[in-house]
Amino acid sequence: MSIQKTKRGVTVGLMAAATASFAFSAHAGGHGIDLEGKTVEWIIPFSETGGSAKWANFYAPLLSEALPGQPTVVVKFMPGAGSTKGANFFQDQEYEDGTLIFGSSGSTQFPFLLGDPRVKYDYADWNVVLASGTGGVAYLPPDLAAKMDGMDATPLQGEDFIYGNQGATRLDLVPTLAWEMLGLNVESVMGIKGRGDGRLMFERGEANIDYQTSSSFLSGVTPLVEAGTAVPMMTWGALDAEGNIVRDPTFPDIPTFKEVCDATPACETSGEKWDAWKAFFIAGFPAQKMVFLPKGASADAIATYTAAFDAVQARDDFAEISAARLGKYPQMTGAAAETAKASATNVSPAAKTFVVNWLQEKYGVSLN
Amino acid sequence: MEVIMEALPALSDAWALILQPIVLGYLVLGVVMGLCIGVFPGLGGIAGLSLLLPFMFGMDPILGLALMVGMVAVVPTSDTFASVLMGIPGSSASQATVLDGFPMAKNGQAARALSAAFASSLFGGLVGATFLTGFILVARPIVLEFRTPELLMITIFGLSMVGILAGRVAIKGLVAAGLGMLVGTIGEGASSGDLRMSSYDFPYLTDGLKLVIVGLGIFAIPEIISLLRRDRAISSEPQLGGGWLEGVRDWFANIWLSVRCSIIGVIVGVIPGLGGSVVDWIAYGHAVQTTKDKSKFGNGEVRGVIGPESSNNAKEGGGLVPTLLFGIPGSGSMAIFIGAIALLGSGQIEVGPAMLKNNLDITYSIVWLLALANVVGTLICIAASGGIAKLTTIRFVLLAPFLFMIISFAAFQSGQNLMDLVALFAIGMLGILMRRFDWSRPAFLIGFVLSTPAENYANQAVQIASSRFRKGFGEGLDYIFSPIVVVLLIITVISVVLGLRQAKNIMAEGDVSSGSKRAPFIFLLAVTAYIAYAFYDAASIPSFSRDRVFPMFVAGVCLVGCVALIVRMMLKPETDTIFADREREGDDAESTYGLWVTLAWFAGLLVLTSLLGFILALGLFLFTFMKFRAGLNAALAATYAGAGLAFMCFMAWLLNRDFPPGLLQEYADLPWPLG
Repeated sequence: MSIQKTKRGVTVGLMAAATASFAFSAHAGGHGIDLEGKTVEWIIPFSETGGSAKWANFYAPLLSEALPGQPTVVVKFMPGAGSTKGANFFQDQEYEDGTLIFGSSGSTQFPFLLGDPRVKYDYADWNVVLASGTGGVAYLPPDLAAKMDGMDATPLQGEDFIYGNQGATRLDLVPTLAWEMLGLNVESVMGIKGRGDGRLMFERGEANIDYQTSSSFLSGVTPLVEAGTAVPMMTWGALDAEGNIVRDPTFPDIPTFKEVCDATPACETSGEKWDAWKAFFIAGFPAQKMVFLPKGASADAIATYTAAFDAVQARDDFAEISAARLGKYPQMTGAAAETAKASATNVSPAAKTFVVNWLQEKYGVSLN
Repeated sequence: MEVIMEALPALSDAWALILQPIVLGYLVLGVVMGLCIGVFPGLGGIAGLSLLLPFMFGMDPILGLALMVGMVAVVPTSDTFASVLMGIPGSSASQATVLDGFPMAKNGQAARALSAAFASSLFGGLVGATFLTGFILVARPIVLEFRTPELLMITIFGLSMVGILAGRVAIKGLVAAGLGMLVGTIGEGASSGDLRMSSYDFPYLTDGLKLVIVGLGIFAIPEIISLLRRDRAISSEPQLGGGWLEGVRDWFANIWLSVRCSIIGVIVGVIPGLGGSVVDWIAYGHAVQTTKDKSKFGNGEVRGVIGPESSNNAKEGGGLVPTLLFGIPGSGSMAIFIGAIALLGSGQIEVGPAMLKNNLDITYSIVWLLALANVVGTLICIAASGGIAKLTTIRFVLLAPFLFMIISFAAFQSGQNLMDLVALFAIGMLGILMRRFDWSRPAFLIGFVLSTPAENYANQAVQIASSRFRKGFGEGLDYIFSPIVVVLLIITVISVVLGLRQAKNIMAEGDVSSGSKRAPFIFLLAVTAYIAYAFYDAASIPSFSRDRVFPMFVAGVCLVGCVALIVRMMLKPETDTIFADREREGDDAESTYGLWVTLAWFAGLLVLTSLLGFILALGLFLFTFMKFRAGLNAALAATYAGAGLAFMCFMAWLLNRDFPPGLLQEYADLPWPLG
């Protein structure tokens, strides 16, 4: 496979042929689909202004180049009801000719996992062709960070923390649950519009604990760290091939939550709470954004898109152009994407029940 | 000193970057595209930038910036056309312009209003850029001083403008603003996601109503319907007075007002989180308060145009500070702008705290590209204004169907849901009734716009403050009563006191005579019933949720106001100003056509859309309207309809937008644009 990959990415001219050969090798008898003269609509269930828009706008022109027939790829925004509107719409679509794809995000995954009453979609029906991961970093003001005893967070347990929270059931539940496991007393201030607003609140000194996804941390918080006004506390980590949490490759010097939890007596890396945290971390970060073909997609179409996303990543300049925009995270296709999708959209009933109860107790959010 | 020594070379680098012919060429291209899109109400910068995005990938950064900045900069300039000529608030930046700009157009002074507005825009843009050149170096620590209590205070200051715009019966204005705030709270609360006045069984309202729809419904629809009923041109004078030169002279005569409003624009624009929604109202309020003879406001006072227009272009410049220095977009178009910058070149420009250190030359290029784009855009607009102003002399019945077409399309873009059109119609009805009974529509809109920030900042400030108070009483007080808060508080109190004293003289929407009791009383009862229900609805949210507090508070205050109004209505004779009713006397009462017949045409378009989809419905609507209402012959009517359809399809194709589908599209698979 890896040899094939290198061969394939050499020139754009070879790409179409390579696509066909990939499709052939992956699905004997398949021929791939040709999209010449067509327009591929890529539905993003968020507004033009969010992180998913950034991600789709990065991939769209590259995908257009890599698909056989070089179709026009347009990103179509369909915001509403925290992405459930767009996802419900996509659920109603049947596969026709491969000109419709959908980009989901952690904010689409979480309501699905938590059994939000508005969710009418089912990930099992959809065919994944790309899964993009990311990570997250929590950080503190220097005076509070200095109180940590190495990796042991116990000295912080007496502090009053304020955190700008986007919503109890959003990705923010991963950091808030983690902090609670460490025994920190974190009060969530709600009504934040994006993590950027949360960082601003931290910079203004109103919030004294915060987290950012990796790319936002690199652009927004690293300068603060250099200026000495913020200190990284921990990352959420990354998954290795066996599904273990290891250090985040983008931040190899920052300990993971797992390490901090191990070093803090109040926190346990086993049991119900840990399992729930890990399940939602996996659903929210290592496979945060995915591209799907609608239900009923042919094996040919799946193979074609898979090959196209492979070809994008095989570009000589991919590492360079993606590092700034996506961070150094795996962009998975094929079997890896399937595995990522499976882990991101399945949590054990125990983990789900735990989080649902926890949300009810802590925030009074009722999901039934 | 050290800072300046670093800044000067960067500034000259920036000019060297900008003043290349190819960069200027891209800038002009961006400006022209921005002007074309900006005249379309409700689309503006977001649509324009989305159009450019596919070309940004790997583009030479300075060229890409020239193109994008050119486009963003002129949207608040060109949307003035819609505000002044048609009374349609093109974007949140030009709502206040409607108040005096449109009456000027009705008085036959459209060209004068437009050129005064454009001259102010240009000047505002330049003042903004000059101010920013120095300010951007020291902006970071200053912006960080604006914490939640300060943001809340600015929001309250914006709300205090209601005092000036409340109209002749102050309590009515207050209730109107409260009603706007309550409409603004519809949907999921920001705090724990509890629903207000909506349900998951009917998902449309859970996301709340969009500003585009409320703005168009409250301002544009009542004006269009009212003009259509009279069956003549927008301008009451057959001969257009006031050429474009006169407008420029008006601006020059009020240059200090323009300077002050520009500064207001930059400063409010700089503060992240508020941006465009308050700035034009604050500027309008300032213009009113600093004018000796206030009687002309609302009837075409040119200072009411100069103030907001000076501030709204300056605000775009100010908005660059949170965008570039913090990586936090001040508006939707700025958010796309940030995303697009990441696509430029090899992604070396990284917006955020490091921008000043690593890319000061690029930062300055953006600031001055913005200013330059303002100059180019304004010159084009002033050149065009004389000709475009002639639109106001056309029989309005020939324009109206196209306006319905445009506002329906614009409304649909906000949520891509047929319900958008229903909501537009419903809010339009409310707007018509508020206009008829002289309830302040500006007050309603201010309430609506500021409802979300007021609620969020209030909740957050209370929460953070109580945490500080737990740490120590002094620390809590320091947090709430910072010097900025105290200064803003004083300004607000002064402005409210002065505003209320003067409000009686300011009729932002003209004089309205009073007549019978019944109709105004029924409307008041309906408003009261809605507010009471909103109170009950909020009260039924579980008590630990913060989402109930704000709507209950607002509804509670409004109910007291409503009771006072009801009592006054029962005590006063029917000639009292409280019984204002436009159907009694004046233009509306003497109209050729009735309200309901005229409204039925618009309703017809919506019903047809729900059956046949927008494009088929539109074709049918345009043809029948032109044939039967405007009395054109069949061939001419078909030509008009065809032209309208072609234009609509071209815009939608260009911007890659869909049209509302109807029942037909459920059953038949039709090709675009029909399907």
